[in-house]
Amino acid sequence: MADSVRLEYMIDGDNFTSAGEASVMVKKSLRQMGFDPETIRKVSVAMYEGEINMVIHAQGGKATVDVYDDKIVIVLADRGPGIPDIELAMQAGYSTAPDNIRSLGFGAGMGLPNMKKYTDEMTIESEVGVGTTITMVVNV
Amino acid sequence: MNVYKLSEALSLTPLAMPDVDREVTSCYTGDLLSWVMGRASADCVWVTIMTNINTVAVATLVDASMVIIAENAEIAPEVVERAREKGVNLYTSPLDAYALCAAISRYL
Repeated sequence: MADSVRLEYMIDGDNFTSAGEASVMVKKSLRQMGFDPETIRKVSVAMYEGEINMVIHAQGGKATVDVYDDKIVIVLADRGPGIPDIELAMQAGYSTAPDNIRSLGFGAGMGLPNMKKYTDEMTIESEVGVGTTITMVVNV
Repeated sequence: MNVYKLSEALSLTPLAMPDVDREVTSCYTGDLLSWVMGRASADCVWVTIMTNINTVAVATLVDASMVIIAENAEIAPEVVERAREKGVNLYTSPLDAYALCAAISRYL
């Protein structure tokens, strides 16, 4: 396997205003590494949606980003409530976010669809009561 | 057209203008942040009434050239400060989103 650079972040589940910090830091790192703007945009938007999901639903979690020459792999892992019906959760417009989250401009049911849209591969492993791990790959 | 020229043409009030030479190539309007992230193009002017701190993060992540807060929607000083830190050009206008977008269409 080719060498990779690993970036790791803990996502703080209690702090909604700092949600997105990890995505912005990843964006900055990828820019310094010289990736093209469209690749950076895909990775940072997909990761931001995941980060917001972890804050809304799972009291935070951990983000790991492995940067290879030809792809970027993002793994978002939480110990939240899990997703009972992944197919339903993937439907655009379906949301279980509470009203206070909607008033912040989230909860439109676009998070997971956006993550899929902006990445080349996405897998969701989830167990109710245990947690969720989402792996996303963006090819460079 | 660049950010500065567009802001002058639309008589916008500047809140943060860290990078006014940036080119604006498209326009998008919306308030649901995930929707905007899924649809807005890089280098756009984004017209919105959503003024919380996440607005700045979304503008950064989609690479918007500038954000215009329509109808002078109230915005907290810390959000303006965050925009400065993150290099997001941020303006307000008394016009509503429709009037702003209609006006912008004459310049793009």
